[in-house]
This record gives sequence, C-alpha cells and structure tokens, in this order.
Amino acid sequence: MSTAAPAVAMRGIRKRFGAVQANDSVDLTVAAGTVHGIVGENGAGKSTLMSVLYGLIQPEAGTIQIDGTPVQVRHSRDAMRHGVGMVHQHFMLVDTFSALDNIVLGAEPDWRLPVARAAARRRLEALMRDSGLQVRLDLPVEDLPVGERQRLEILKALYRGARILILDEPTAVLTPQETDQLFVTLRQLRARGTTILLITHKLKEIMALTDAVTVMRAGRVVLDCATADTSTDALAQAMVGRRVQLGRADAAAPRPSGAPLLQASGLAWRDSLGVARLADVSLTLRAGEIVGIAGVSGNGQSELLDALSGLLVPDAGTLQIASRTFTVARWLDPATARALAVAHVPEDRHRRGLVLPFAAWESGVLGYHTLPRYGRRGWMQQGAMLADTVQMMERYDVRPRNPQVASGQFSGGNQQKLVLAREAMPQPQVLLVGQPTRGVDIGAIEFIHGRLRAMRDAGGAILVVSSELDEIFALADRVLVMTGGRITGEMPIESCTEAGVGCLMGDATPSGIGPVMPALAAT
Amino acid sequence: MTGSSQPLPRWFDLGVLPVFNLALALLVCGVVVLVIGMDPGQVLALLIKGAFGSRIGVSYTLYYATTFVFTGLAVAVAFHGGLFNIGGEGQAMLGGIGTALVALWLADSWPAWIVLPLMVFAAAAFGMAWAAVPAALQAWRGSHVVITTIMFNFIASALLSWLLLNVLKEPGNMTVESKSFGPGAHVPAAHEVFAAIGIEWPRSPLNACVLLAALAAIVVYLLVWRSRPGYTLRAVGFAPEAARYAGIRPRAQVMFSMALSGALAGLVGINEVAGVHGRLLLDYVVGAGFAGIAVSLIGRNHPVGIVLASLLFGALYQGGSELAFEIQGFSRDMVFTLQGLIVLFSGAMAQVAAPTLARLYFAFAGRRALAHG
Repeated sequence: MSTAAPAVAMRGIRKRFGAVQANDSVDLTVAAGTVHGIVGENGAGKSTLMSVLYGLIQPEAGTIQIDGTPVQVRHSRDAMRHGVGMVHQHFMLVDTFSALDNIVLGAEPDWRLPVARAAARRRLEALMRDSGLQVRLDLPVEDLPVGERQRLEILKALYRGARILILDEPTAVLTPQETDQLFVTLRQLRARGTTILLITHKLKEIMALTDAVTVMRAGRVVLDCATADTSTDALAQAMVGRRVQLGRADAAAPRPSGAPLLQASGLAWRDSLGVARLADVSLTLRAGEIVGIAGVSGNGQSELLDALSGLLVPDAGTLQIASRTFTVARWLDPATARALAVAHVPEDRHRRGLVLPFAAWESGVLGYHTLPRYGRRGWMQQGAMLADTVQMMERYDVRPRNPQVASGQFSGGNQQKLVLAREAMPQPQVLLVGQPTRGVDIGAIEFIHGRLRAMRDAGGAILVVSSELDEIFALADRVLVMTGGRITGEMPIESCTEAGVGCLMGDATPSGIGPVMPALAAT
Repeated sequence: MTGSSQPLPRWFDLGVLPVFNLALALLVCGVVVLVIGMDPGQVLALLIKGAFGSRIGVSYTLYYATTFVFTGLAVAVAFHGGLFNIGGEGQAMLGGIGTALVALWLADSWPAWIVLPLMVFAAAAFGMAWAAVPAALQAWRGSHVVITTIMFNFIASALLSWLLLNVLKEPGNMTVESKSFGPGAHVPAAHEVFAAIGIEWPRSPLNACVLLAALAAIVVYLLVWRSRPGYTLRAVGFAPEAARYAGIRPRAQVMFSMALSGALAGLVGINEVAGVHGRLLLDYVVGAGFAGIAVSLIGRNHPVGIVLASLLFGALYQGGSELAFEIQGFSRDMVFTLQGLIVLFSGAMAQVAAPTLARLYFAFAGRRALAHG
C-alpha cells in the first residue's frame, strides 16, 4: 500500500475557534482501501478535522490531497465530487420519506419522479448486491430500525459516488448486534476498495476494525501508527495524556451485603400500545453495593428507572423505600423520591438531566430548588445556589469551572459530571444511574466510575443501567440481566462471564438481526 | 463544533444587532417613501418630531407605550412558560370590564384610595380569569392555547358588546358606552400631577398608569428571574421533561404562567378605560393585544427590551398620527406600512442579519487578536 498514492493526505491543517485552537498543524495520511480510526476525547479536534475534509469548515492553513491530487474543498459539494462522503452521528434523513426517496433527494437522475425512482432503484439494487448493505427501500425511514437507517446513510453516500467514507461516531446509537453488523458491512466495503475514516472514542472498536489509527489530543496528532502495533492501553494513554485505569481496580473480596434500602416487587407496566415494557420485575438494592442492569437498550431498563424514581406509575407492583411502602394507587413522585434520599441521574441528560439554556448554577439545583437553603419566602438565594454549584464543579472537576456558562455549552462529559455532582451533593442513600458514561470520553469515564465506587464504599445503594457490558463489569457487584421487560438472570459479579451475560441478553434478539453478540463472546 | 455556534458578546447581541435591524427597516421605509414621491428625510424628521419633539408628543408616546408594556409583558411571561398567549386582546377587554364594574359600583360613594386599588385588582383578576380557561383546557385536555386564546378573543369581544348594549348602556345616550365613572375612579392624569408640583404640562391621555407599567416590568423581571416560581416557570418553558424530572408539576405551571400573563394583559383596562375615557366603551383595546406579540418579539421577551420596544411602538403610533395629519397624501395606511416594516425587520427577521454581522465581528476581532498576539 506504499506504492499507491494515499487516499487522503491532509497537511498542516490549522483552525481556530475563538480562543480554542481546534486543529494545530494537523497532518493525516490515510492509505487507500483501509479502515483508518481517528480517536480522541471530546474537543480533541477530530470532528473539526473531518469537517475540514468534508468542506463544512474552511481551515486557516493547510492543504488537502485526495488520491495524490491537490484539491480545494470549499463546500460539501466539492467533497462529494472528489468522492468523499460523510455519515453524521445524527442522521440526515427525512423521516416520512421512503428510504428510496431519501437517497434520490437532492440527486434526482430525472425531473420526472417515477423515472428517477426507477433509475435510482436499478442502481441501488446493484449497489446493495455489491456492498452487502441491505436496506428496505420502500419503507418510510421512521419505520426502519436505527441500524438500517445507518446502512441507508452509508448507501446514500455510496450512491453519490463516495470512495472515501467518513463515519462520525457510528456506533453511538447502535445496539451491540447492530454494531456487529455494521462492522461486517464495513469490512465488506473495505474489501471492495472503499477507504473508511472512523471517528470514535471506543477503543475496542478501533482494535477490532481498523488498519491504522490516529490519536488526537488538544488539536494535535499525538500518535499515528498501525493498529497491530498498539493496544487499547497505549491508545487510552495517548488520548488522555496519562495512564488510565479502566475496568475493576482490584479483585475486591465479596463484601457483606448491607441493609435493603429499596425494594421493588412485581413491577409491571404496559405502554399506550399495550406492549408490556415491564413484567414482574422485582429487585432489592442494599447498602454498599452497586447493582448493574445489563441488557440491550429498549428492554425495559428505562421504564424501570422511571418507575423507581417516580416518573412513571406502573400498572402493578409495590415499592418500598426506607420505611415507606408505595402502591400503584399512591405511587412515588419525583419530589418525594428526593425527600427520601433517592437520587436519579437520568439516561438523557439533554432532555431531562439539565435545562440546556439554564446557566450551570440554575441546572445545578434542578430538582433541589425547593430546599430551604435555596430560597427565602419564594425568592431564590442565588448566592447559595452559586456557591453550591461552584463546590460541585470543584469536586467533580467540571470544566470550564464557571457557573454562569449555559448548561448546553459544556461538553457531554462535563454535563454528565455536573448532573452526577448535583445528585451526589445531598449524599443520597439510593442512587439510580442511567447510562452513566454515554457519549463521555475516557478520562471522564474513569472519573465517574471512581466516584460511583466511592459512593458505594460510603454505604450508598447504587443501581447502574448501562448498555455497555464493559461498564457493568467494571462497576457492578451484582448483575441483573433484563430482556423483554423481565429480569432474566441475576448473578454476583464473581460468577459473571461476558459470554454468559451476553447469552442471557441475547434472548431478546429479534429474529433476523444476525448472531448474538459474537464480538463480545469472542473477547 | 461548527464555526457559527460561537456565542456573540452580549453587547453585540443586545446592542448592535437591534440598532442595525432598526436602521435597515428605516432604510427600506425610506425607499418606500421615495417611491410614492416624498422626501424620506422630511418624513423621518416629522415622525421623530411628532413623537418626541414636544411635551404633548412625548405624553402621547408614553401613553401608547404604557399599554404596549402591559400586553408585551403578558406575551413574554407566557413565552417563558413555553406557551404562546395570543389572547392578550380578549384578556385586555376583560380587564376593562373588571375595571368598569368596580368603578360603576363603588366610585360614586367611595374615595379614590380605596376604589383605585380595587379597580387595578379587578382588571388583573378579570384578565387572569379569562386566561385561566384556555390554560385549564391546555393543561387537562390538551387543547392548544394558541387556538383557544384566539377563540376567547372573539368571545370577549361579544361579551363586551352584549354588556354594553344590554346592561351598562346609559339610558338616553346614543353612543354605545357606559355612564361616566364617579369621582372615586379618577386616575390622576400627568398634567394634573405636574400641575400639583408647579409644572405646566399640556393635557394628554398620559396618566399614572405609566408608573404602574414601569412597576409591572420590574415585578416581572424579579418574578421570572429572581423567584422560585419564575425558576420553575422557565424550567417548564425550556424543558418540560427536565421539569417533570425535577418534581415540578407541569399542569400547575401552565395555569400559573397563563394566569400571570392574563393579569398583565388585563391591566390594559386600567390605562384605557379608567385612565383615559373614564367610562367603558367598545373599542379601547384596538389591537394592543396583538401589538404586544410584536413588542415582546422585538424586546426579546425581556422586560428591558419590552419597555424599549414599547417606546418604539408608542413613538410609531404617535409620530405616525402626526405624519398623517401634517403631510398631505401621507395616509394612515402609509403609517401602518412603516410600522409593519419595522416589525418585519426588528421582530420576524431579527436574526437574519446575525450570521453576517457575526462573521464581520469575528473577522475584525480575530485580526485585532492577531495584531495584539
């Protein structure tokens, strides 16, 4: 691969946003027909670099060569003309249009739509046979599962002549099965000569899929090597700039179980379509333990969290917290939950955990704004709110450490740290955490895991729901597996194996979506 | 991570941008004026002179602005609660009815220091009640407030006509209006107040309600940004799911923000019915409720902005009537055209020029930073 010109050669790319040097003389060389990983923490500059390549951002300095030819990319149209396609993390699809119409949109081969559709369909069917990307072309996008929407996005890029494909965090929204299938597809694409640039911060994916990897930190390239010559530890260290300890810190001895702090029994709930989302779920959280709920997203974990935090009233079941018992007739509500020292870090920090336009100090008291120290006769005690938020930011290392910055302006990791800091502030007895580190970079994952362990060691009962099996294994003392709204397995961490848990999770695999987590079983 | 998402400095966003939009609006107005064969300079000079050039002009400008502050604040409060209250018109009418009922009932026998506070209270309470019905329909039945508040404007108008024709009309009077309020309902006019402290001031509709409007703006600021109810109101407005997560009950919040909004709109009744006419009549709201939407939009839903936008609108109304009076052939419709253009550029298209200006600003700021760096 050294004889042919590289598919992409970017030299000396510089781009500054305000005070931030997003790209500082970045060089990137991608050999044709390879999968090239680009990793880095949030804000390391990898998305900026890809936006430069795709023509969304104009750099202040630097050159781009594609297949050895210098090119000017002033617009994404230029990028597409040179065979560069991009699949964004958030899909650019019209939900109500059919998959076919989404592909044709903006690249109609004929002004008569039926003719255009027929022509496009012929080309697409050939393309699908060729690339192994199967998409049901006639279904509206809103009816397609997420994995298929992503295949549609890739197909769309290929249809427009992409030979170099940029994928921005492609697995962030996928279930493990869909991720496996995506990898199969990407390998097939590589086999037919497509060059793939994969932006991610999941190092396992880099190791599993890529041929070469570039690590960025603070706008610079800090490591550039063949994947075979590196390891996840080395990559993590390069990304963060220091040694990172992920996974279990020690083989902790089985701890004596404490008093039960929260007991739920027989929870059941059907959604408005009559689908059973929770069926006979019972669990106990004890002082000084972390209970992990493993499972493929959408198997009732979110509903369970909502029921336990008072956001959802189930159809059946009871809940006991401290000495209070709640029944369906009088269920817990969020304010009461907080009063009973049950804190909740919601799965969706953008929609629930924070009010994005609020300043950090306003989001920093969300849910606790009725505490006496935050108000006097209905007036907010801004001083107390600011002081507490500053303290939270100190303790949880939230950056920038400015309580006046709008909540939406923080990076994902810092937002999550702020939410966690807020929920930990009143030293709750029970902490319910949904997806503690979704979209959070490695340094912050290490930090958040450390904090959760510390709270456990201080006698808290913690429930962690995560779709990342690695995270469950790193944190939990006891693992519950949820499939189809039921708890299908329970085991102490000592007797857990990835294969065993994966197998239990796999019960939920809808027929026809490929094998059960072979990647996990293999590791 | 895209370039355009950098925040602009506050002074630029709140100072330069609105001034630029206003200038753009005036420029287009100038072209329109030129097209119909008049001198834009002369028209603009007359407009400004009419609004601010004399004590009487200033008085009228402030009087109009008073009404716009009330309706503008009403729209803004509902907006922060995530609701679009288009019912300011009807709520203002009900506020007038409340004012009038108290005045007709008590003002002949009771002193002003008892009656006036009661009238203010009734104006707010009637406006509040009128907004509470659509609010309840929204909170418990999911009927969209935009639709229901519009319908309630028509019902309010019909109710007002019915009341005037069948209940409150003075026997023997040919015009459709109530009898004059008694002495207890007299709101001090500006010229009376100034006369009392020895300053001669021309007669105008400007009255003590202008102070009430200023007070309302301050109270709204404190309530929305400094109080706990304001905090929950904004939380619901920005992120209903986060509010629910925080233990805030959204239904109560819908009721609260609409009630507050309706009360503010109801206060228009005090200014127009008690402050100016001294009796209840048919057309005292004349679109002020709808103008409040534009005022709130231009004022960025903030009390300071709303006061400034109200002054702008007051000046347009007053200067506009002066124009129609002074220049032959410059009709009332022309004045509406000018007002419409200003709403278009400063309100509806307020952010259109923002990206271009931002690029210019950052190019300039960047060059300066390089020169210094």
